[in-house]
Amino acid sequence: MKFMIVGKANAETEAGALPSQEVVDNMHAYNEALTKAGVLLAAEGLYPSSQGAQIAYSGGKATVIDGPFAEAKELIAGFWLIQVKSREEAIEWAMRVPVPPGYDGIGLDVWRVFDASDVPDDSLPADERDREQALRDRLGVDTPNP
Amino acid sequence: MASDTDDQARTQATPRRGTETHRAIEAVWRIEAARLIAGLAGLVRDVGLAEELAQDALVAALEQWPESGVPRNPGAWLMTVSKRRAIDLIRRNERLERNLIELGHRLDTDEDLPEVDEIEDDLLRLVFTACHPALSVEARVALTLRVLGGLTTDEIARAFLVPESTVAQRIVRAKRTLADKKIPFEVPQATELSARLESVLEVIYLIFNEGYSATAGDDWMRPALCEDALRLGRVLAGLMPKEPEVHGLVALMEIQASRSAARVSPSGEPILLLDQNRARWDRLLIRRGLTALDQAEKLGDGTLGPYTLQAAIAACHARALNPEDTDWVRIASLYEALAKLSRSPIVELNRAVALSMAYGPAVGLQLLDQIADEPSLKDYHLLPSVRGDLLFKLGRREEARTEFERAADMTRNARERTLLRERATACHVQGSR
Repeated sequence: MKFMIVGKANAETEAGALPSQEVVDNMHAYNEALTKAGVLLAAEGLYPSSQGAQIAYSGGKATVIDGPFAEAKELIAGFWLIQVKSREEAIEWAMRVPVPPGYDGIGLDVWRVFDASDVPDDSLPADERDREQALRDRLGVDTPNP
Repeated sequence: MASDTDDQARTQATPRRGTETHRAIEAVWRIEAARLIAGLAGLVRDVGLAEELAQDALVAALEQWPESGVPRNPGAWLMTVSKRRAIDLIRRNERLERNLIELGHRLDTDEDLPEVDEIEDDLLRLVFTACHPALSVEARVALTLRVLGGLTTDEIARAFLVPESTVAQRIVRAKRTLADKKIPFEVPQATELSARLESVLEVIYLIFNEGYSATAGDDWMRPALCEDALRLGRVLAGLMPKEPEVHGLVALMEIQASRSAARVSPSGEPILLLDQNRARWDRLLIRRGLTALDQAEKLGDGTLGPYTLQAAIAACHARALNPEDTDWVRIASLYEALAKLSRSPIVELNRAVALSMAYGPAVGLQLLDQIADEPSLKDYHLLPSVRGDLLFKLGRREEARTEFERAADMTRNARERTLLRERATACHVQGSR
């Protein structure tokens, strides 16, 4: 099963402050441990919310709100996507994230990731499938490598 | 890493009941077992003994952690406990000590834990020992899942649909064989490396295929074998980054696993590759597979091994957004290369299909006629089934009907038999017009 470990944003990440060399080294070591254990599928770090946007909906109307956003603890700073045997194993890996000492509050979320094989194939009606197919065609998703 | 058995345990906002701590310990075990057993085997040069020492440490954790909490560095805790036991054992057992000294093995009795690099080397030694050709294939599979995958005997038994005692026996016998035959705990010399690596890759792919052949209603441990095999493959790719076929196998498994949500209908019937809903293919696994394939092809430097070739074929399908976009010309040439390596008539059969898709049914039929007398295909229903399909496409309906009926008589799958009979009837109706 797949899980996503989400690193929460905080005042420092939102300020775009570069982490200390020690933090960077620890993070490298952690990612390497995940890779060597064969569990890491993907991992990315995010820019501060000043480079992003939120879309709010009201009365059927969408409004774009440009970042930055004030509530840092509601934002995220990065994620790991891992493939493990159990929820407990995902939590165990999350416990090993090198969160800087002295960090206060919720630092990480652990979410189970939906897997297409969790539901039978008939979940996608034919017309829905065609629409998805057309969309993928238009986007050229996964165009062949050279 | 310094030995870190500090008492400061993690705290839990929602208090964990005993069973929850047990499940946390299981998770730690899953993560740490292989490295722990490898490090211990590096110390005592005996995989069986190392596994028992590691088990003892696991028992100690099960006794202590529900009270004390999970230590901050659980891997180091387990290593320290089991290493202490190992050293006690060596001191008490002169014969073991002499053996180790004869092996020229250092006996550092201080509390230092093995360095990370040493563990990596030991891990690779453990891979080759668990997959040693002196062991039967079943024993290799069971031992690999046990010491490298961190699975329990019960989990292995459920995954392979055999009684737990059978698996336990296989493991006990495997450990005894390793000891009796004095199989050294080492990575093979360059001269035998490629043959020995073949055995390792075979074991991993066998585990994967066992999981892949799981059907609806099976114990969930069974399909989970695919993920276990993928994990072992990825670990091996990290340990042997320069071996093209390791990446080839990983690529093959990633791409095959990417189709797992699309290959079975809700009623449990297999769906053929060309009929699968490609929207259900896992794009992330495909991307990972293509990256691994790229690596295998670069390292292979022109000559591709059997796993890389199969991965390359799987990649041709993965890259096609629609079945009609499939690069059959390339697939046919990859099958040709694979046929040269494997000399398998079944590979030739697949090549004939690819040729017919690339160049028309007549070309495919030509190859089929060459292999029609292969003794190993005598009872293989897909030969007449494919032949019937090609003849049908060529408008030779009467001959096609005979082939479909022959195939229907040969298959053991009831649903497939019905389909083949339907096709035979269709030949008749249209042929008589």
